[in-house]
Amino acid sequence: MRRISLTVNGVKHDAMVEPRQLLVYFLREQLALTGTNVGCDTSTCGACTILVNGKSAKSCTLLAVQADGAEVTTIEGLASNGEMHPLQKAFHESHGLQCGYCTPGMIMASVDLIANNDAMSDEDIRMGLEGNLCRCTGYQNIVKSVQQAAGEMRSPAST
Amino acid sequence: MIPAEFDYDVAESGDHALQLLEQHGDEAKLLAGGHSLLPLMKLRLATPSMLIDIGRLNDMSYVRDDGDALAIGALTRHEDVEGSDVLEQHCAIVAHTAGEIGDLQVRHFGTIGGSLAHGDPASDLPTVMLALDAQMVLRSSSGERTVGANEFFTGLFETALGPTELLTEIRVPKLTGGWSYQKFHHRAQDWAIVGVAAVQSNGGASVALTNMGEVPLRASGVEQALTSGSDAATAAQEAAQNTSPPSDPFGSADYRRDLARVLTRRALQEAMGR
Amino acid sequence: MAQVADQAQKFVGGGILRKEDPELLTGAARFIDDMSIPGMLWVSFVRSPFAHATINSVDTSRAASMPGVRAVYSGADLADEWADGLPCAWPVTEDIKTPKHWPIAQDKARFAGDAVAVVVAETRPQALDAAETVDVDYEPLDVVVDMEAALADGATKVHDEFENNSSYVWNLDVGEVEQVFNDAAVVVKERYYHPRLIPNAIEPRGVICQPNPAQGEYTLYSATQIPHILKVTLALTLGLPEQKLRVVAPDVGGGFGSKLNVYAEEATCLALGRKLGVPLKWIETRSEGYLATIHGRDVIQDMEVAADENGKIAGVRANLLADMGAYLQLVTPGIPILGAFLYHGVYDAQAYSFTCTGVFTNKTPTDAYRGAGRPEATYAVERIMDALARRVGKDPVEIRRLNFLAPFDEAREVVTGLSFDSGNYDASLDKALDMFGYDDLRAEQQRRREAGDTKQLGIGVSTYIEMCGLAPSQVLASLRYVAGGWEAATIRCHPTGKVTVITGTSPHGQGHVTAWSQIVADELGVDFEDIEVLHGDTAISPLGMDSYGSRSLSVGGVALHYAAEKVVTKARTIAAHELEVSEEDLEYSGGTFSVKGAPDKSKTIPEIAFSAWTAHNLPEGTEPGLEETHVFDPPNFTFPSGAHLCAVEVDTETGMTNIVKYVAVDDCGKAINPTIIEGQVHGGIAQGIAEAMYEEAVYDENGVLMTSSMSNYRVPSAAELPTFEIDRTETPSTTNPLGVKGIGEAGTIASPPAVVNATIDALAPLGIDHIDMPVSPERVWAAIKNAGGSTVDARGAETTGAGSGTGSADAPGGGT
Repeated sequence: MRRISLTVNGVKHDAMVEPRQLLVYFLREQLALTGTNVGCDTSTCGACTILVNGKSAKSCTLLAVQADGAEVTTIEGLASNGEMHPLQKAFHESHGLQCGYCTPGMIMASVDLIANNDAMSDEDIRMGLEGNLCRCTGYQNIVKSVQQAAGEMRSPAST
Repeated sequence: MIPAEFDYDVAESGDHALQLLEQHGDEAKLLAGGHSLLPLMKLRLATPSMLIDIGRLNDMSYVRDDGDALAIGALTRHEDVEGSDVLEQHCAIVAHTAGEIGDLQVRHFGTIGGSLAHGDPASDLPTVMLALDAQMVLRSSSGERTVGANEFFTGLFETALGPTELLTEIRVPKLTGGWSYQKFHHRAQDWAIVGVAAVQSNGGASVALTNMGEVPLRASGVEQALTSGSDAATAAQEAAQNTSPPSDPFGSADYRRDLARVLTRRALQEAMGR
Repeated sequence: MAQVADQAQKFVGGGILRKEDPELLTGAARFIDDMSIPGMLWVSFVRSPFAHATINSVDTSRAASMPGVRAVYSGADLADEWADGLPCAWPVTEDIKTPKHWPIAQDKARFAGDAVAVVVAETRPQALDAAETVDVDYEPLDVVVDMEAALADGATKVHDEFENNSSYVWNLDVGEVEQVFNDAAVVVKERYYHPRLIPNAIEPRGVICQPNPAQGEYTLYSATQIPHILKVTLALTLGLPEQKLRVVAPDVGGGFGSKLNVYAEEATCLALGRKLGVPLKWIETRSEGYLATIHGRDVIQDMEVAADENGKIAGVRANLLADMGAYLQLVTPGIPILGAFLYHGVYDAQAYSFTCTGVFTNKTPTDAYRGAGRPEATYAVERIMDALARRVGKDPVEIRRLNFLAPFDEAREVVTGLSFDSGNYDASLDKALDMFGYDDLRAEQQRRREAGDTKQLGIGVSTYIEMCGLAPSQVLASLRYVAGGWEAATIRCHPTGKVTVITGTSPHGQGHVTAWSQIVADELGVDFEDIEVLHGDTAISPLGMDSYGSRSLSVGGVALHYAAEKVVTKARTIAAHELEVSEEDLEYSGGTFSVKGAPDKSKTIPEIAFSAWTAHNLPEGTEPGLEETHVFDPPNFTFPSGAHLCAVEVDTETGMTNIVKYVAVDDCGKAINPTIIEGQVHGGIAQGIAEAMYEEAVYDENGVLMTSSMSNYRVPSAAELPTFEIDRTETPSTTNPLGVKGIGEAGTIASPPAVVNATIDALAPLGIDHIDMPVSPERVWAAIKNAGGSTVDARGAETTGAGSGTGSADAPGGGT
């Protein structure tokens, strides 16, 4: 077992983990942050996407020990003061989710995408989300949601 | 899935990493970004008993103008390779190809050294390194040696890296001519079914192939044809010479050979046009 | 009755945002893997790596000594746990061969992934570690992978107890089929193959069993579409008293048919809970699911059409081989039969023949996958329509118009004996053609052909029909399905004016909570937000037939409508009593009863709910409370239809095919929530395109699944898919009072032939008239090579024969 110390959604945690424990299971099982989902075992589906030091990461492909010292944000940490994040709002308003299983990963990947890209075309969003699979929506309303949120996040006056 | 049990230690420096490698020998694996190794460990296709985490060696993450060549630290993330102004200016094929790897999340954590040391013939960067005649700097406790890309990839998932060696730096030339990397894949996220790197040189081009054998291959038949004056389309016909592509659910060997010819022509045409 | 239908509708028909979303958006949802119970142990299964092998022995001793391990069992160890094998609820013929299917194999493993032992340990990693150490002595046997080889004389048998690998032959003949085909001026015959597909709901399956040993009670939580059916069938499989079993479907992350089953892991976790008396949990890994969760399709079709010289159809004849895999799961044999009546599509015919042979192979069992039987039928019909058009020299649009059933708004009988509920096939095609810009795209296609462009353009048409709203129980009986097709709904009006709706449907992404609230809000005049919809728990919703086959709205939603009518009927009695008028003197609108001619004298549903609760002043013979249940057994199926148009660009050198335009106009009858409909259509089309262009489960000759994980089974991402342009026409169904038809599967049913027809159309100048799905780059490339070369020659001198790739007849990807 190794001791790790990391900040998750603004809260500092110290914990003992097995080296083989994947970050996603650390979050889900030890911190009870079950919003981050596991959809595959080959780093393909992106359902487990979180932010590590501000960058989108597949938390099934990181060991918890690799996140020692990191700042982690999960879907549970996105809303602030009871107010949904613009992406959460946009996914709701543009019907960007159905079963909702891929949604946390999809939203976390989009947080990074919007933060690091200026005006994106639909095509840019589609390429930017190549690592996140959804089986329900056909992606059209996901692209629409990200576009909506991006617009809102870039023009704070309009919010 | 969850990996089988292993021990884990964090390398605090390059020297420390080498020391840990010597201490643990063959059973140890280096963990850089982990995006090649961990997927195999999760499916228990790889079961190292020791992981040495070199992911925190930030001094091995850089891209430097080193006069004649560019030096890339082995732990530079794909994302940083992709975004490097120095590379964009002097050897843009490397930056471009790093941006073609996996998906955004993978590019945030995967490293250039990890990708090269993994020795996967379906991987893009090894092919580009081969076409560029890149030099790999390998360090061990007994010193440093430099191995050309043409000697670095020795077999399927095998490289010239010894069990106690660390890939520290990749040196690529400054390009003066055109280049192209043609990655052919069905889904954006997939590995290349076939990839072709072409780099213009005086009087011809260096051409290398992804996923056409157990290691990235130089398309020497194409290069010779160009040198002897053939046009791109004619030379590209030689692209499948001396290759041994796999047959798998992504494509038969025959298909890959034909793709190699088509993509080589396109790569050459693009490289000459850049 | 009319009072409900006539009232102003505030919510129905509106694109109301979903009530389901907040928990799903914030990580607060409760999927199966999010749940845990104190003291819970973990279950892991040992699976056969061989597709066919005798199990000589299972040595569990080493595994039993691993850290944290509580129990290890082989199939033989658990043999006494079962009152019966896993159920097949649809024995489609009287003489069908249904093998015993033990949850853990006892004598032989019959597909790679067949469970042969099970491990129970304290943690998930411990269970996985120990499962690797169970020592199974297998004796590998010959393997049958290919359906035609499986039917050949002397083929290795998947089940020794049967004569051969044929499970059943199901047949429907109508009219003078032989004669029609003999007399026809034109007969077109083609062979089509539907790839084997892996459903890939993004949430893997999972089970938690919570026993209460003192009472002999069990709660089974499962990521399932069918908690109600699971309760009945598991009680039978385990010999458990059904009243002691409660099944809960928590938040379920997609299904597409893959969670419409009674699985070995569900039965085993329940048996282990009974045996060990402790809570247990199993969560599937994705690669494990590729072996252990049902697959879809895998059907060979010999399709024939007889027509006159103009292309007017006289008869159709379809002969199918359907791969069952190694066992018959819940409705495996019935899947092709769900399409059996639709091989004439939206066209008229006089003679009809359909035959299907179910075949056992050493592969993962097949079962329902989004569309289930109707994508197969639609694909065959729409492909052969294009073939017929080519034969008689007509445009694909023209051949379809020539053969359409004329518009009808009363149910009409068609050749198979089915009654289509309503249809206007020209209307949706007209609209789609307009949106698509058909003529302009044809002109662009011509330009590229003349210029010899490397990238050629192709246009595909698919005018489809499907049948859903499963199903009239008597029809199911005639098809030998062992359960009914009804659905139940309860409306409970609380004294505080709030409403609880209890539905027997079991949503897993479809938005029932929202749509059901819309229906009830309008019919009872209560606030949308004041309605709670409960589902997916057999203790809360005792009656139900669950969600599949695009049935939820057209059966479950209609049950809800009738339950609302019952509420209104009872409320009317109470209102009349309280207002001291006769019931006939009351008008009902928007939840309010008012006295005709004295509208200020009125009672609302919430007011009456309070009176019904106090029961201080109820009319004679009226029971207290305002709660009604209705069980609706539909009188007929519903028949959604529409037109899908696709334009693709094919790189004739590499075979890479991209969709450049996709237009869909669907008719699902009346719309309850257009936003949800759009979402269903988008997702359905995407899944159909996935089948048409990307996905195929490929086995090698040893029965080993080559596409063994999400990294090499190609579920498309946003990057691969285009933006769809969609619209609707509304032809109300005559099957139910809501006029609704169903939209869950339409996109998946309609889109594959649109895509494949487009791809073939792009290459028609080369003489190419057939490419199998998925039209992967390699398949397209191989078709071009086999046809004699690329349409163009970019450098002017390239010829085929330049390399060893020429004329390769190899089946791409080693497909079966």
